[in-house]
Amino acid sequence: MTKFSLPNLAIYTLIFIGGVLMIIPLYFMLIFATQSREVIFSFPPPMLPGSFEQIISNYNALMEMTKGLFWRVFWNSFYLASVATITTLFFSTLAGYGFAMYDFKGKNWIFNIVVATQAIPAALNLIPFFLIMNLIGWIDQPKALWFPGMASAFGIFLTRQYIQSAIPRELMDAARVDGCTEFGIFWRVILPLIRPALGTLGLISFIGVWNEYVLQSLILRNNETRTLQTLIRTISGGTTVTNIDYGGFMMGTAITVLPLLILFIFTSKQLISGLTAGSVKS
Amino acid sequence: MISPAIKSEVPQHWTQTYTRWQRILAPYVFISPFFILFLIFGLFPMIFSIYVSMTSWDAISGLGGMKFVGLSNYKFLLDGLFDPSKGDTDFWKAIRQTAYIAVISGLPQHLIAIPLAFMIHTGMKRMQGFVTAVYFAPFVTSVAAIAAVFGVLYSERNGFLNWFILEVLNKIPLLNSIITDEPIKWLGNKDMIPISISILVIWRYTGWNTVLYLAGLQAIPQDLYEAAEVDGASKFERFRYITLPLLRPTMFTAVTFSILGGMQLFLEAFLLVDRGGGNQNAGRTSVMYLLDNAFNNLLVGDAAAQTWVLFVIIFSLSAVNNWIFNKIRND
Repeated sequence: MTKFSLPNLAIYTLIFIGGVLMIIPLYFMLIFATQSREVIFSFPPPMLPGSFEQIISNYNALMEMTKGLFWRVFWNSFYLASVATITTLFFSTLAGYGFAMYDFKGKNWIFNIVVATQAIPAALNLIPFFLIMNLIGWIDQPKALWFPGMASAFGIFLTRQYIQSAIPRELMDAARVDGCTEFGIFWRVILPLIRPALGTLGLISFIGVWNEYVLQSLILRNNETRTLQTLIRTISGGTTVTNIDYGGFMMGTAITVLPLLILFIFTSKQLISGLTAGSVKS
Repeated sequence: MISPAIKSEVPQHWTQTYTRWQRILAPYVFISPFFILFLIFGLFPMIFSIYVSMTSWDAISGLGGMKFVGLSNYKFLLDGLFDPSKGDTDFWKAIRQTAYIAVISGLPQHLIAIPLAFMIHTGMKRMQGFVTAVYFAPFVTSVAAIAAVFGVLYSERNGFLNWFILEVLNKIPLLNSIITDEPIKWLGNKDMIPISISILVIWRYTGWNTVLYLAGLQAIPQDLYEAAEVDGASKFERFRYITLPLLRPTMFTAVTFSILGGMQLFLEAFLLVDRGGGNQNAGRTSVMYLLDNAFNNLLVGDAAAQTWVLFVIIFSLSAVNNWIFNKIRND
């Protein structure tokens, strides 16, 4: 429909340049991961990937810098993000289903409370959260990070919208006639029908926990339990350029970012359409 | 499922009562985990922190080491604003820097995201998904990892940015007269630090805002545009007189998120310039300051008070935002 015209050309050029700017840091992350420290900090900076030998040498440098802990820490991040995602999916969807398919006393204002909790600044909770975890002895325990967030307000909101718009209530009555309990309806009828919403929420939750830094740095402090985000930070000891092997360090950042980036490439359509659809139908 | 065998063993009215009651109670049971968790890990710690904010406490001495000091932590903070000689001026400097970074990182995000979402929504047919994904991709990356990459790109002597500015842009006639030929100290100069932090923030969150606006655009009925097109409205006019007014609720949501996120900015700044905020604390945000106080200086009581003052500031800004949007709607 769009006709070829000068303003259009200008706008598309801008969008193209913007897109390139979005990719540049990711591109350089991959380039740096394959180059030696000397090349990364040469002038002009490297624009193309290095040799296969350099990749191996960077990988070995990474293993050495992290004292062989890298994959252990990688697993910690994966474990935490997976448990958090599964529990969030279950409890948020269960509540979303409760709000979407039942009429009960005070439903609207109870739902409004759920939505309103999202407006509480997270910073307000950082210090007390640490103090509470310290008090109940959950420091250095991954459950401190997934247990409190099992039922997320965002997840409840998203799944409620989806269930409300996608599932007719008559389905409930049909299932009841067949002898389903109320939980049975959720487990056997609703869950299989809302896979797209589960996919979106699952991705958002996994990405969020994988990349989360502040709470993980406060709670998971020893080498047995720590996660990738804080490990990366410790390798460099800050971003002011230090004397460490930057090739190996950049290899570490690439291994941290790539899994999610690849996951995103395959799921972006589902993720973005789920997000836009979820926030529209209110 | 209740099997027929069990049904015959228990009296008919029992199963009926069970079925009826589980139907009434089910929704409450389903939504209860959220509220139980929120009470224990959300509300209770918050209320506890009100008490903590009225104590002098280093946390390592345990609960017994708390010394109740009334409102003096708050007084120390407010004195910093009104009577700098005996109050905490660093806190207000951090608040100012945070607000400044929030504005210069927040505004561009919306100024880019709104027209971009409009173009994606109305213009591109086949490229829609691809373009959105490209702009959204930074949001999936880890800040810790990507801040390290930005650190290299920002490097003063050999970074890509300075290379691009000095060796590429400066070689273009006309442009070279307005562009500096000195290497820029991206993370060293106090005026550059907020900008360098903002670039990372804009890079990471513009795509997220674009998706929010795309959602808002999809809610606008398509026939409005078609009617306007029949009436001969240009694309810009359609954007100005249909899209912008109907997108206002989405803008309100997105701007509210930006205020909340911007005033609580921590990670991007912390990872780029470390806990002091770099040269003259130019990049020290309020959350950075209060976490530093709590966990490095062991001034947990002061830090709790700072958190609550920050909360009041964020709440007021949201209220102002709310008021402005209501005002626009009524005009």
